[in-house]
Amino acid sequence: MKINDVILRTITKVVVFIILTLGVYLFFAGHHAPGGGFIGGLVLASGVVLLYLAYDIETVHKGMPFDFKKVAALGVLLATGTAIGSLFFDVPFLTQAHTYIDAPIFGKMGFSTVTIFEAGVALTVVGVVVTIILSISEDE
Amino acid sequence: MNVNQMIEWAAVILILIGSIVSVISAFGMIRLPDVYTRSHAATKSSTLSVLTCLLGAFIYFWVHDGFVSVRLILGILFVFVTAPVAGHLICRAAYRSRVPLAKGSGEDELKSKLFPEEHTVK
Repeated sequence: MKINDVILRTITKVVVFIILTLGVYLFFAGHHAPGGGFIGGLVLASGVVLLYLAYDIETVHKGMPFDFKKVAALGVLLATGTAIGSLFFDVPFLTQAHTYIDAPIFGKMGFSTVTIFEAGVALTVVGVVVTIILSISEDE
Repeated sequence: MNVNQMIEWAAVILILIGSIVSVISAFGMIRLPDVYTRSHAATKSSTLSVLTCLLGAFIYFWVHDGFVSVRLILGILFVFVTAPVAGHLICRAAYRSRVPLAKGSGEDELKSKLFPEEHTVK
């Protein structure tokens, strides 16, 4: 008998957007407020895990065709890439730079290479958490 | 006593109401007989208590510090949407693993629909 879980699926469609938005917010808030790459990545991964709970693995993979091991590898590459990139400017390893520019709509915006490093951390966390949960759940 | 202080008192009373409702919910968890009535107590009243507490905190920070916390609004929305669904899923899992109803419940009309092979006509 096919299980009718329309309530769970409908709520998941709404709630996943709130969770992913909160994850992105936590990621960008991390420079001046509590947050950052690690919990941002964990919240994003929990949104993905909620999708896996409500739908089956094939449906989620059809909508999100990432290999999460490669996502983790890309994250480590980004994090070490910003670290190595500082070597080209004749400064020590892992030195971070930041600047302010005047964007047309948003006004004064701060940019720093720490954000790229944190993006690497977030992608690594998402990839590792989803890979762990998928490999546990597919174990027969 | 100016307007700001009165609004802060309203926030304090909201938080007090929320904690009282939360205690009532905990008593319901202890006193009620089976999993369905307990889920009724745990889901509705603790959702209401969390909502009033978060609303009180939101109003307090807004009036006292001038800080509009979008995260608290999102939290109110999130709890309001997800807590009843969690209660629904727990009750459903309990019913499908054949947890019996309490004595004195009315007629179980879902049983003949969900488990037709076990249904015996009285």
